[in-house]
Amino acid sequence: MTGGARVRTALLLLVPVGFFGVFFAYPIGSILGRGLAPGGSVDLTPLTHVFSDPGLRGIAWFTLWQAAVSTVLTLAVALPGAYVLARYEFPGKRIVRALVTVPFVLPTVVVGSAFLALGFQPSLGAILLAHVFFNYAVVVRTVGGLWSHLDPHQEEAARVLGASRRRTWWSVTLPALRPALVAAATITFLFTFTSFGVILVLGGPTRSTLETEIYRQTTQTLNLPLAAALSIVQLVAVVALLVGTGRAEGRRATALGLRPSAEVARRPRTARDRAVVGANLVVMAALLGTPVAVLVARSFDTPGGAGFGFYRALGSVRAGSVLFVPPTDAIRNSLVYALVATAIAVTVGGLAAVAAARTRRRVVDGLLSLPLGVSAVTLGFGFLIALDTPPLDLRTSPWLVPIAQALVAIPFVVRIVGSVLRSIDPRLREAAATLGAGPARVWREVDLPIVTRAASVAAAFAFAISLGEFGATTFIARPNHPTLPIMIFRLLGQPGAQNFGAAMAASTILMALTLVAVLGIDRFRVGELGTF
Amino acid sequence: MHRLARLLVALSVAVAVTAAVPGAGASTRSRAKSDVTITLVTHDSFSVSKHVLGDFTRQTGVKVKVLPAGDAGAALNQVILTKGAPIGDLLFGVDNTFLSRALQAGIFETYRSPRLSAVPAAYQLDPKHRVTPVDHGDVCVEYDKQWFAQHHVPVPTALDDLTKPAYQDLLVAENPATSSPGLAFQLATIAHFGTKQWRAYWSKLRANGVEIVNDWNTAYESSFTAGGGNGTKPLVVSYASDPAAAVYYANPPKPTVSPVGTLLSSCFRQIEFVGVLEGTSHAKEARRLVDFMIEREFQADLPLQMFVYPVRDGTPLPAVFEKYAQVVAKPLTLSPTVIGARRDRWIEQWTDTVLR
Repeated sequence: MTGGARVRTALLLLVPVGFFGVFFAYPIGSILGRGLAPGGSVDLTPLTHVFSDPGLRGIAWFTLWQAAVSTVLTLAVALPGAYVLARYEFPGKRIVRALVTVPFVLPTVVVGSAFLALGFQPSLGAILLAHVFFNYAVVVRTVGGLWSHLDPHQEEAARVLGASRRRTWWSVTLPALRPALVAAATITFLFTFTSFGVILVLGGPTRSTLETEIYRQTTQTLNLPLAAALSIVQLVAVVALLVGTGRAEGRRATALGLRPSAEVARRPRTARDRAVVGANLVVMAALLGTPVAVLVARSFDTPGGAGFGFYRALGSVRAGSVLFVPPTDAIRNSLVYALVATAIAVTVGGLAAVAAARTRRRVVDGLLSLPLGVSAVTLGFGFLIALDTPPLDLRTSPWLVPIAQALVAIPFVVRIVGSVLRSIDPRLREAAATLGAGPARVWREVDLPIVTRAASVAAAFAFAISLGEFGATTFIARPNHPTLPIMIFRLLGQPGAQNFGAAMAASTILMALTLVAVLGIDRFRVGELGTF
Repeated sequence: MHRLARLLVALSVAVAVTAAVPGAGASTRSRAKSDVTITLVTHDSFSVSKHVLGDFTRQTGVKVKVLPAGDAGAALNQVILTKGAPIGDLLFGVDNTFLSRALQAGIFETYRSPRLSAVPAAYQLDPKHRVTPVDHGDVCVEYDKQWFAQHHVPVPTALDDLTKPAYQDLLVAENPATSSPGLAFQLATIAHFGTKQWRAYWSKLRANGVEIVNDWNTAYESSFTAGGGNGTKPLVVSYASDPAAAVYYANPPKPTVSPVGTLLSSCFRQIEFVGVLEGTSHAKEARRLVDFMIEREFQADLPLQMFVYPVRDGTPLPAVFEKYAQVVAKPLTLSPTVIGARRDRWIEQWTDTVLR
């Protein structure tokens, strides 16, 4: 890199690094410091306790392996789905692609109750299934995003040259997909590693993870030293994972011939094509559709037969309370927070991805993924004790909500945009430069159209994440501007058929909103990949 | 390039909307007027009628911002952690199971409200008046009336009944490590059977097939037969006000008999307190709110907002409470000091007895 390019990269990194430092590293450092160095001097005995206590060791081990198994299962189930949505063109495909994103935004409590209603007992199986349910969209969107641009001619060439289907998959498709695959696996692992509601509701009282234990030690027993020690174990595991995957990804990143998605996808022609598409649609309907259907059905299941009674109840039940807001306000709050969070995530994450692609180093991706792997309680309480001095006294500010949501969304933006950026054939840029384009022009003509396309995919995800996010925002004191998930949570907090039914109605509205938002953002394409 | 322009427009719209983040400008607006706004930190289950809080503002000129901060434990711990720079002026929702931690942490200013004379001494658990009692409720075993009638099983009347074969696999309770009613029910068994015998009782409950879940919501809405889902347990650890709530929040037409009943001998008393936070710059206004919370209007509003009972003598109860909820005459209790000193060990012992 030339000196000028280095300066430009450093400038690009200024915003993401600053954001990460102020809203992640500083709060987390503060809460860990409060736990491990309460009097100013560091005391690491709680940390040794984690390794000497068989109960805690068991929790750490369970956390790790259930996340690993969940990730493998999610990939196994969702990769064929990603393939079908990337490579085939069929009626209703847009809707299906948006629909698979819906589970992702649902509050875990609600999904837990749907699984229990379907007859699942709290068990390991229920946890794993719920994790696949939640993370299916991560794989479909992250891997599918790249897959839909992979030039199928490469695979066809391999087949013509005599390679079997299997051989073609292992030596042509898989290496090309690798960056996106690693990204999807990493994100799924981090989500399931820090899974909270699913473990609590579907794991039953005998299964704890680091996340549920940190929650307990922080909010119930106020054992901050132990909570800090557990958070550090969590952090170390996540850093080790990110360094490992960063290497795996970095070694193999190859420039690919990318094609417009419309050119890549084809209609299912043969019987085999139709079977593949059909089978995956059935899997999606059974796995993702059934729990969702339970929720929707319950929202209409009023005593007098199917009706909108619970939707009307949303606007009336507990209407006199000072904390009541009409559902329209909750929808508005959700949308405004999600818009702000998406704007922050796309700006910060986009800059980081562009800078990271220039340096060809993985530090930035990894660093910005850390918030996914750290306990929401730790982060929430970290905000509370760190951001307490003006101008950064944001503890009770409404801004904290979209900021917390953006922290979760940024890794998606960085990875989705980054994996596409890295796959741009450098010869394209060289050709443009040879033809007389300056660096700015090269970027505008070659990188920008691809970046904006990837950014819109990432934005859809960021938007969905913040619509459904219920982690750190649960643990920060927030003024009374409830979002839909908070409204659902409040309704579920009191007994009575109307509260329960209204919670189901609010969940259905949340799903519908997500569907519309994702459909809208999916349509919003800026600069489709050119035909070169 | 017009597409890029579209993106830029969209981005600037997004930025413009950020200016409209709900409440972002609220603090400046309230500062413009001369009246004071105080912040009441509380748990997520807090509620009060809009018009009641509005009356407080009309009477005093003081506005109240309500700040829900997670469950009761999370809200208290947030206040403890921000002791030097409090996030609000008062904390409501510390109960007798958390009281000793709150008092030890020294987060409250002393304030003896002149209105306390109307509150029975039994609720005034802090002789130094750092906290003021506001409401009470009872955690009890609740039963599904219809289930017991249909199955011709007599309704249990004592904690000991729950270990009998007739009630095998019928009870769902919450994990005391993660749930406040779960802890209250464990404390009920300790208060009833004593510190020596309660573990033996739980061993018998376990042998009799008690189901343990982590949170109240799962217990009531998924496992309980009279909850929202298709549960299979007709006995659940929940609140004595459930029979009233089950009617009040029933789908119309409202039933004339509550579907839920209370096992009155199983109840553990929870008392909730409010206190003025040390370091507030609005002590006078905060104290005024403490007074208001034990005045008649606020007290009478409590039952239908939070499904708890007022502590003030002679406060009228709503009809739905009078008619459907049973008054727990002799609740089980333990002193907050004893709970504070032993809760963590008790929870560990419970886990060893019931889950391992």
